[in-house]
Amino acid sequence: MRLHPSIPMLRIVPDDTKFDFMRFRRVSFPASAMLSIVAICLYFFVGLNFGIDFVGGTLLEVKTKSGEQADLAKMRTSLGTLGLGDIQLQTFGTPDRVLIRIPQQTGGEAAQNTAKEKVKTALGDEVAVEREEVVGPRISTEMLATSTIGLMAAILAILVYLWFRFEWQFALGAMVANVHDLVLTIGYMCLMQIDFDLSSIAALLTILGYSLNDTVVIYDRIREMLRRYKRMPMPDLLNISVNSTLSRSIVTHVTVTLSLLALLLFGGHAIHSFVSTMIFGVVLVGTYTSVFIAAPILIYLGVGTTRAAVEETAEAVKA
Amino acid sequence: MMHISRFKALGILLTALLVGMLAVPNFFSEQTVKGWPKWAQRQVVLGLDLRGGSHLLLEVDTAALRRDTLEQLREDVRRVLRGDAGLTLAGAPVVRGNGVEVAVREGDVQTALSKVRELSRPLAGVAGSAGQRTLDIAHLGGGRIGITMTEPALTERVRQTVEQSIPVIDKRINELGTVEPLIQRQGSDRIMVQVPGFEDPERLEEIITAQAKLDFRMVDESMTPEQALAGRPPLESEILYGPSREGRPSYLIEKRVLVSGADLTDAQPGFDARTGEPVVSFRFTAAGARKFAQATTENVGKRFAAVLDKEVLTAPVIREPILQGSGQISGSFTLETAKDLAILMRAGALPAKLTTIEKKFVGASVGQDSIKKGRDASYYGAALVIVFMVVTYGLFGVFASVAVAVNVAMIFGVLSLLGATLTLPGIIGIVLTIGIAVDSNVLIYERIREEVRNGRTPITAIDAGFTRALATILDSNITTFIAAAVLFFIGTGPVRGFAVTLGIGILTTVFTAFTLTRLMVAWWIGWVRPQQLAIS
Repeated sequence: MRLHPSIPMLRIVPDDTKFDFMRFRRVSFPASAMLSIVAICLYFFVGLNFGIDFVGGTLLEVKTKSGEQADLAKMRTSLGTLGLGDIQLQTFGTPDRVLIRIPQQTGGEAAQNTAKEKVKTALGDEVAVEREEVVGPRISTEMLATSTIGLMAAILAILVYLWFRFEWQFALGAMVANVHDLVLTIGYMCLMQIDFDLSSIAALLTILGYSLNDTVVIYDRIREMLRRYKRMPMPDLLNISVNSTLSRSIVTHVTVTLSLLALLLFGGHAIHSFVSTMIFGVVLVGTYTSVFIAAPILIYLGVGTTRAAVEETAEAVKA
Repeated sequence: MMHISRFKALGILLTALLVGMLAVPNFFSEQTVKGWPKWAQRQVVLGLDLRGGSHLLLEVDTAALRRDTLEQLREDVRRVLRGDAGLTLAGAPVVRGNGVEVAVREGDVQTALSKVRELSRPLAGVAGSAGQRTLDIAHLGGGRIGITMTEPALTERVRQTVEQSIPVIDKRINELGTVEPLIQRQGSDRIMVQVPGFEDPERLEEIITAQAKLDFRMVDESMTPEQALAGRPPLESEILYGPSREGRPSYLIEKRVLVSGADLTDAQPGFDARTGEPVVSFRFTAAGARKFAQATTENVGKRFAAVLDKEVLTAPVIREPILQGSGQISGSFTLETAKDLAILMRAGALPAKLTTIEKKFVGASVGQDSIKKGRDASYYGAALVIVFMVVTYGLFGVFASVAVAVNVAMIFGVLSLLGATLTLPGIIGIVLTIGIAVDSNVLIYERIREEVRNGRTPITAIDAGFTRALATILDSNITTFIAAAVLFFIGTGPVRGFAVTLGIGILTTVFTAFTLTRLMVAWWIGWVRPQQLAIS
């Protein structure tokens, strides 16, 4: 068919796909469980690389005044003698920029300042400070607490909303699927040692929002199908639902990925870890979850119980 | 249903146009916009991470405030019992826990209780404290009286301190000659200060957190400071030190204040006419001048001291009565420290000590760089999405792209209207919205495709597509909106900026999907009257 006025069309996904997504649940469920366990182990044994927002301390971004490459080794030696604990140095974006992290000093807010001044003096006149952040111990503890509470509150609020809009099984299914997303993303952040700061919480909440967005689109279709086909076995019905929204899922993910890629490639170093976390969470995990976890989990949660009987007989016959 | 009344169409276009127009001032410099009518001046406020500047989060030192308040209470108790009531105390009042304990003779207990009760005030300002008073007073037996500060009274004290500090900070920053500082109370005991373009966070911190309590007091010459240090200083005097630049000389200074900083009207940095060293000259109010004149007349030949935050700035000998109500402080200043002291003297003292618990500084060049990169990412992101959409959906892709463009204009419009702050994470939110906004269109188009495959005619298919996609679009956007709302409440600074653009982006997305895209499609149908729909 041709659009009038005629513009050539690219068909991303052929019509009437009939992939048997539900059969994969025998693979996807154990795989997801395994990955979640790995992620939890990473959290406990490797741990998140907490940024100064959550553990306090001082961050300095310096730039060599000459514009030449910064001598990290020299800086490391001169800062190492100050006795301020484990000072981390890394180049940031361009070779003339260095990010310096001074750990939290004992002795409250004033001690952080003294430590920072010592570092500045030790660095001398060769570098200019372009950015600095000092976070005191009290504020960082508080931020960690509010962020954790906030994340929980968001999950709860979304659960209540879904419960209100769908049946409880759907709300629970979406929740399991999305906690799974968060767990895997946190595992990824442990693995990559991404700086876990306040913007990581923003990334996690956005991942939560968008992977739910995806799940909800599929659930909406499942609900519609449940009303339309009263006698269809659940796995078939779920397959039809996922297949009929497949084209939309793919197109949307392409556009989201494109905008995230633009951010990753052109957005600069400052947002690099934020965007890479989002790509992992939204694109890789979120999509997989809504198709392979969120939809099939409804079978186990007993959605459409009258149909479950049909399914059992069907499987008994197969066996 | 695809027919949209002219009236409604006009409404949709006007809304989009008006909200989009609100973004226009952002394309012009602040200077240009100044000449426009007031309603057209609203621009998006750039966050500190984009424009550079200093940020401080200050906290009232509650422990110190508590100490000061209790010390004051102890003084008051002593004053009313000994001074006003003329009682002989069996034991001097002492601070104990959250209150003061004093012992009187058994016979005086009733008089003492009623006298002390006069110190207690009803609490008005604190919610849920109706009927409560500032002090709990009890007879502990044996002539001992316990006067306890109630918890709401202390909370109220902290609240007042924050409230009184804000104008002082504002005045100090204004005296620095900077533009548009942002000073906000946060929580019950915190103050956030943001000064765009100010690139010396240390100096800012020094100026803001100095309590700047300036007193003129007499030097106690009954003994030398060395004697006082070795033995016990007189009860009404204390040992204070001079600036460390001068090797911290010690002084014995009377606690009684002759004239305080509150009695000043003006202070200016300058140079001493004779020595040429930097000084701060000041002028008293009429009342202050009278007090100072009287004190200097009575004490010719003795020394007095200017004490700033427990540091003796200078301790000159009074050669003659100072009657003209002005003077100058010299104390080995540099021009800069003289300037800062003058600022502090003009702006007045803070009611309590403030501690910095968070300090951030972003150089202007870092901010510029972020803006440039954010802009690049937005352009590339938009271009990629538009190309993909047009290739995938043809003319409908063009509609979607127009909707996205209007969407971004509307986000900026709403940001300008609210005077919201745009931060680097906020830019991420906008770029992300570009990717997400097309989702609503995709949902509608895919639905239309399906309806066509199910054998509907183009017009009914389009109609059904819009109607059926509605519920899905709402459901999926509300979940994301909940996440954005939570982030807005827990986040601070830049992250909050992300929540704002994400949230606004969701609202404008839903608006454009249901009105603008629909309108474009309806017009197209009316114009072309398609017999076939090649969207699939």
